[in-house]
This record gives sequence, C-alpha cells and structure tokens, in this order.
Amino acid sequence: MENQEDSKEALFKQQQLDRARELVKLMESGEEEAAGRLIEEMGRMHESLLFQELGKLTRDLHEALNSFRMDSRLSELTQMDIPDAKERLNYVVAMTDQAAHRTITAVEEALPVSEALAERARTLAGDWVRFRQREMSVDEFRAVSQSLADFLGDTERDAEVLRKHLSEVLMAQDFQDLTGQVIRRVMTLVQDMEDNLVGLVRISGQRLSKPESQDPTKPGGPAVKGTSDHGDVVSNQDDVDDLLSSLGF
Amino acid sequence: MKILIVDDFSTMRRIIKNLLRDLGYNNTAEADDGSTALPMLQNGNYDFLVTDWNMPGMPGIDLLRAVRADPRLKNMPVLMVTAEAKREQIVEAAQAGVSGYIVKPFTAETLKEKINKIFERIQEQG
Repeated sequence: MENQEDSKEALFKQQQLDRARELVKLMESGEEEAAGRLIEEMGRMHESLLFQELGKLTRDLHEALNSFRMDSRLSELTQMDIPDAKERLNYVVAMTDQAAHRTITAVEEALPVSEALAERARTLAGDWVRFRQREMSVDEFRAVSQSLADFLGDTERDAEVLRKHLSEVLMAQDFQDLTGQVIRRVMTLVQDMEDNLVGLVRISGQRLSKPESQDPTKPGGPAVKGTSDHGDVVSNQDDVDDLLSSLGF
Repeated sequence: MKILIVDDFSTMRRIIKNLLRDLGYNNTAEADDGSTALPMLQNGNYDFLVTDWNMPGMPGIDLLRAVRADPRLKNMPVLMVTAEAKREQIVEAAQAGVSGYIVKPFTAETLKEKINKIFERIQEQG
C-alpha cells in the first residue's frame, strides 16, 4: 500500500517535472498559447491529487469508524456495563439507606427500654436503702418486695430485648461488605472505560499529530492559520513572486 | 473449638466473630484471603473454617480446594459465607466439598442453623 503510494507520487513528480521543463521550453520559444494550456493542465493534475488525498482521508475515517463499531468491548461498555453500573450504584444507595434505618430503628427501640430499666432500678435502690436502715413498715416492705421480684423478671426479659436490638445493629453492618464488593466492581468498570477512552484518544491523536510535512514538498492544500500548517509558508502572492525572482525566474 | 474466619472485609469478619461468640464459640481467628488463611490452617489446629468466596488474592473456592487436597486438613468442615448466589457457583462449591453454604446478606439464625447442621452431620458420621 505504502509502496504503491510512493511510486504514484514519484510518477506524479516526474510528470510535473517533465511538464515544467516543457513549459520553460515553450516560454523560451515564445509559444504563449501552448504554455497557457500546459499551465492549466498542471493545475488540473494538482486538483486531481487533492481529490485523491481527500478520498484517502475519507477511506481512513470510514475504516476507523468501522473498527470502532466492531470493538465489541466498547459497545458492551456503553450498552450493558454503564446501565449495569447505574443499577449497581442504586443498589449501594438502597443498601446503605436500609442499613442506616435498621440501625436507627434498633437504637430508637432500645433506648426507652434501657431508660425504663435505669429509672426502676433507681427507685428500688432508694427503697433498698430505707429497708436496710429499717425505715420501712411491713406492708411497705411487702409491696417493695413484690416490685423487686417484678423488676428482676423484667430485667431478664428486657436484657434479651436489648441483646436483640444490639444484634440487629451488628447485622445491619453487613452492608459494608456487600456495597464494598459492588463499588469495587464499578471501579473496575471505570478503569476499563478509562483504558478504552485513552485508546480512543490515541487513535484520533495519531491522526491529528500525523505530520503533513515530513516531506516539505508533499502537497497539503492551502495553508490554514491555527492548524499544523506552519513553518516555512508564504503569506501572499508578493512573497511567491519574490521567492521565484530570487531563484532567477 | 477453634474457628478461622476468612473474609476480605474486616466488618464482615467482626460480624461473623460476634455471631459465633453469641453461639458460644469464643476461640476464633481471622484472615483476609485464602493465601494468608492456608498457612494458618496448616499450622494452627483449627477445627472449623468459615470463608468468603470473592476475595482478592486467593478466593474462597481455591482455599476450599486446597483444604480438601491437604491430607491433614481434608476432613475439616468448611462453611462458605458469600454474596455469590449463582446456581453454578453453589454447585461448584458443593463439588469442591463445601460443608455448608450461606448467601449474604444472612441472619444470625441462618448461621446458627447451618453450623448446627454441620456438627450434627459430623457426629452422625463419627
């Protein structure tokens, strides 16, 4: 492919050179009309070369787009993995939400139980001091004795209730493992996306940075400001004429 | 009863450790993947292994296979506690010789039930 291009270009150069020599000959011998036709012909050749270049660029672009379409990983990423990742992150939001509510609910239910136990223990402790100091009547003692027995029974029951709430808080923490695994998976996806995008930038970057003027005589069409067309470029027809005259034309 | 808990998430290791303590098993140790767990098992007189599946480094399924391939460890009961819930995976673990399989998220009751089941089976066999 490259060799074919090179030989084509060499042929074109040779033809142009032949025509230039002929043009000089015609002009020297004063055959103005023939010289004019030859100049026109040379211009047309240049144009056709431009079209060839345009065609080549179009073909390259077409191939790049096709290879892109065929890169199944990229389409898989956009069609499957990204919506998939959204769902996974929704799962993380739902799991953390659920874990927070489970924990708060358990705490809300446990707090009044422990507060009630503390309150009853405080009352009984006061009664117990009065009993030890023999400040209590027999009837009063009977009542205190009963409420002490109730309290012990209730404490056993409520301690179990508190244990259950604490277990609930413990179990609610399983979200960290489950969401952690999901987040790691999404991170792998993001990494994958990044690699693919870097590949994409590399492909298009190559096209942009492809030096058009490796061979400074290779035709590149009009010089455009703000593009890679810079360096030794003339700015107007006067410059062209000056240059030519300096070469003896 | 000495139990090794293997999971890459320390929160999950602590949850399992606390649940086991609730069930009366106080002698536990922890490892964060199969490759750290295996030498511990080989040198540590453990009676029971609880392992996750999906871990960086050596995954739980490989640890299970390594345990079954080791002549001194091959009879150790292995309970897998994992978020991997595909049928093929459960079949794969069964074929590799798992003693019990719990899918996360799980409850304290499930863990208790599976552990009791494993020990009942061992007693029947012994």
